[in-house]
Amino acid sequence: MSKKLLDSNDINRAIRRMAHEIIEKNKGIDGLCLVGIQKGGVLLAKRLASEIEAIENATIDVGALDITFYRDDLNTKEEQPVVKRTDIPCTINNKTVVLVDDVLFTGRSIRAAMDALIDFGRPAFIQLAVLIDRGHRELPIRADYAGKNIPTSFNDRIEVFLDEEGKKDKVVLIAGQN
Amino acid sequence: MNILIKNGRIIDPSQDIDKTGEILIKDGKIKELVFDRKRGSADAQKKFPDLRTIDASGCIVIPGLVDLHAHLREPGFEYKETIATGTKSAVRGGFTSICCMPNTNPVNDTITVTEFIIDKALKEGSCAVYPIGAITKGQKSEELAELEALKRTGCVAFSDDGRPVSNSLIMRRALEYSKVFDVPIISHCEDLSLSEGGVINEGFVSTILGLKGIPRAAEEIMVARDIALCELTGGRLHIAHVSTEGSVKFIREAKSRGINVTAETCPHYFSLTDEALISYDTNMKVNPPLRTEKDVEAIKEGLKDGSIDAIATDHAPHHVDDKNREFDSAAFGIAGLETALSLGLQLVGQGVLDLKGLVTKMSLTPARIMGVPKGTLAADADADITIINLDNTYIVDSSRFLSKGKNSPFNGWSLKGTVEKTIFMGKIYDWM
Amino acid sequence: MIKSKDLLGIKELTTEEIYHIVDTASGFKDVLKRDIKKVPPLRGKTVVNLFFEPSTRTRISFELAAKRLSADVINFSIPTSSVVKGETLKDTALTIKALGADFVVIRHSSAGVPHFLSRILDISIINAGDGANEHPTQALLDLFTVLSYKRKIKGLTIAIIGDITHSRVARSDIYAFTKLGAKVRLICPPTLLPAEVRNLGIEVFDNAEEGLKKADVIMTLRLQLERQSKGFFPSLEEYFYLYGLTVERLRLAKSDAIVMHPGPMNRGVEIESEVADGPQSVILDQVTNGLAVRMAVLYLLAGVKK
Repeated sequence: MSKKLLDSNDINRAIRRMAHEIIEKNKGIDGLCLVGIQKGGVLLAKRLASEIEAIENATIDVGALDITFYRDDLNTKEEQPVVKRTDIPCTINNKTVVLVDDVLFTGRSIRAAMDALIDFGRPAFIQLAVLIDRGHRELPIRADYAGKNIPTSFNDRIEVFLDEEGKKDKVVLIAGQN
Repeated sequence: MNILIKNGRIIDPSQDIDKTGEILIKDGKIKELVFDRKRGSADAQKKFPDLRTIDASGCIVIPGLVDLHAHLREPGFEYKETIATGTKSAVRGGFTSICCMPNTNPVNDTITVTEFIIDKALKEGSCAVYPIGAITKGQKSEELAELEALKRTGCVAFSDDGRPVSNSLIMRRALEYSKVFDVPIISHCEDLSLSEGGVINEGFVSTILGLKGIPRAAEEIMVARDIALCELTGGRLHIAHVSTEGSVKFIREAKSRGINVTAETCPHYFSLTDEALISYDTNMKVNPPLRTEKDVEAIKEGLKDGSIDAIATDHAPHHVDDKNREFDSAAFGIAGLETALSLGLQLVGQGVLDLKGLVTKMSLTPARIMGVPKGTLAADADADITIINLDNTYIVDSSRFLSKGKNSPFNGWSLKGTVEKTIFMGKIYDWM
Repeated sequence: MIKSKDLLGIKELTTEEIYHIVDTASGFKDVLKRDIKKVPPLRGKTVVNLFFEPSTRTRISFELAAKRLSADVINFSIPTSSVVKGETLKDTALTIKALGADFVVIRHSSAGVPHFLSRILDISIINAGDGANEHPTQALLDLFTVLSYKRKIKGLTIAIIGDITHSRVARSDIYAFTKLGAKVRLICPPTLLPAEVRNLGIEVFDNAEEGLKKADVIMTLRLQLERQSKGFFPSLEEYFYLYGLTVERLRLAKSDAIVMHPGPMNRGVEIESEVADGPQSVILDQVTNGLAVRMAVLYLLAGVKK
């Protein structure tokens, strides 16, 4: 059973709000860069960047981070990993890096992403922006910017579809078996 | 003890018999064959009140099989096989006589070793054992062994099997000298300079496995050489374990010219090809190596037209540690006594041989080549008899072999034809 | 996706699996360009390099690959001669298992040894060269290297020149490149050509000039110098005269042809120094790519459910 949680307008509103929050919290975009986590976070990071650029009328660096090599579930996952591109376009030393992901769940991907990021340098701050926070954290990790908090049960699945990947913008919840 | 085998289909090529009847055995000898139902068993019962009757309904009753090529490993390699276990394996497989090759340690090149084997076989053996003496001392291909002494002590043939007689002059002398006592010289045909380091047939399979190949020519060159020497000397040549199409052609041609040559092949050479080696299974490693489909067909044709006279097992038992290792260093050989008959029967199923032909090649002809009074159900012959159920199917499980050697490439195969009983000199081994 | 826990040979791989390994390798090649070249996925895993044949390059490459993945590495180098007297391969294998190894990288002079180990051990076995059978990671790194220059494999003409008979590299390359749709040519004297090798769907040349004509990729093989004494060819000079890759011969290939060699090279025997060090040589790229490919293999096998 699947349920539509967000439509295109909801998604765009959430991104716009997060863009404002990021600018406000960091008092501008100086020394700021966005890094999307492969693969759900990369397109969101780009959207977020264009919102920020439109608001601030300046450019911001956007990167992509593949966390496959940093995961802790290599041996337990059913599917084998497919490595995606990592592209960090600027030095991250002493920058504020905003990690961007689509869904925040157990927090393990974010842990892996922070490990991966730190192998590229030493950021001054790492912040986290997610479109959906669905709870069930297994690690002490929280989002600095969340598009929407959605209570779920552990076995549910949240899927994010975006125009850029040829699908229509939407977020759906697929109820899992308990 | 007196035995009556009744209701069986008796096949005895030596008397050209193939019909249902009864065999009466008295004191370990065949007393008579009776095909007259009216006289038959009642008559026998009257004559011998202590008669043990065996009902062979649905079975064929044939002279005990004779293997002219087996390795019993004793003395010297008792961890691989002993005369006791090797002969048990033989009777389990329907054999009542086996000829054992001299590549023991020490080599059977002196009468002491020959006497040891004969003595051991009498004490511990389950069937007749005929030793084969070495052609050359230490199988070194340098000096002839004392062939006369060996013959007098009980060797029925000479061979350096396991190794070729590489020196052509020595082979010539052996063929000449052995004419004195009319025994065959059995040639293990292998040109060592061509086969050196080889572990499987040279061909596509050796190429894709990256294993060093043994070309067919390594065998064929020696077959051709020995045929030429046989023609030169007028000696008696027997070619062991023929594995290639070319060898069959040479032998066929030699026979057509009346040269005194006989030849054997082994069940694996008509049952398997080198494709079986794809998984690097060392149980498929044998010398000469498994060849190709073309060779298998040629071997079958040779059996059919008589170019190949006999089917021998080349029973070569090995300890599991000799096989369970790197392919290159694993031992060559197949423990074949307990599967030979069923594999032979496949030839009957395929129309290559009829039953009588198969019995001829596995019993009568081997006995004749070796000059031993076996392979027949004629009156007064030793009561060596094998009773076979042709319809029974079974799965080969080499872990249950009576041989110490479990090295069978046929493990897991579904085969037809079970040995129900083996009778050796009147002693009954009942397998059911 | 990789199905087997082991990498025994290219023969056993599907085209998809080959591409998956190569794609993953390109991810690792990026890692190798970073300041911090180490990633954590094999933390706590143990890789045993079990080498029964002397080999510096392959062993070091596997060792570094494993370390870059944060695995622990044990090197176990046993000259074959001492094995004959010493413990059996089976015992060595069981010892390694008892040590708690997760991977065995095996190099052995006898073909089929990795297959033997894979039957007795339930941990991952990686073939680092077995006799004249296969050297799969070499073929994968060769593919990866060719792809990085030519972008595709299909339709390329790959000329492999040298001692084919004794070469596991040649065999693995033949399987890899033919599976992916390249045309493979073998150039060698008939004494160094394996039996019935044409059945693999390749072309054979005993004339180097003809075989090199219009080739996209030239792979020179190492010639074991002791082959001469076994009568495979009369002298090294004669071999070089007939089959050595010289500047003149290289001109017969396409102008953008690349030259490869699995190393270590015999300069002046199978390849002229001017070619080995020339602009078309990608021999050092092969070494770097080898590291990435071996990281990919270790990494992907770690993810196979046992």
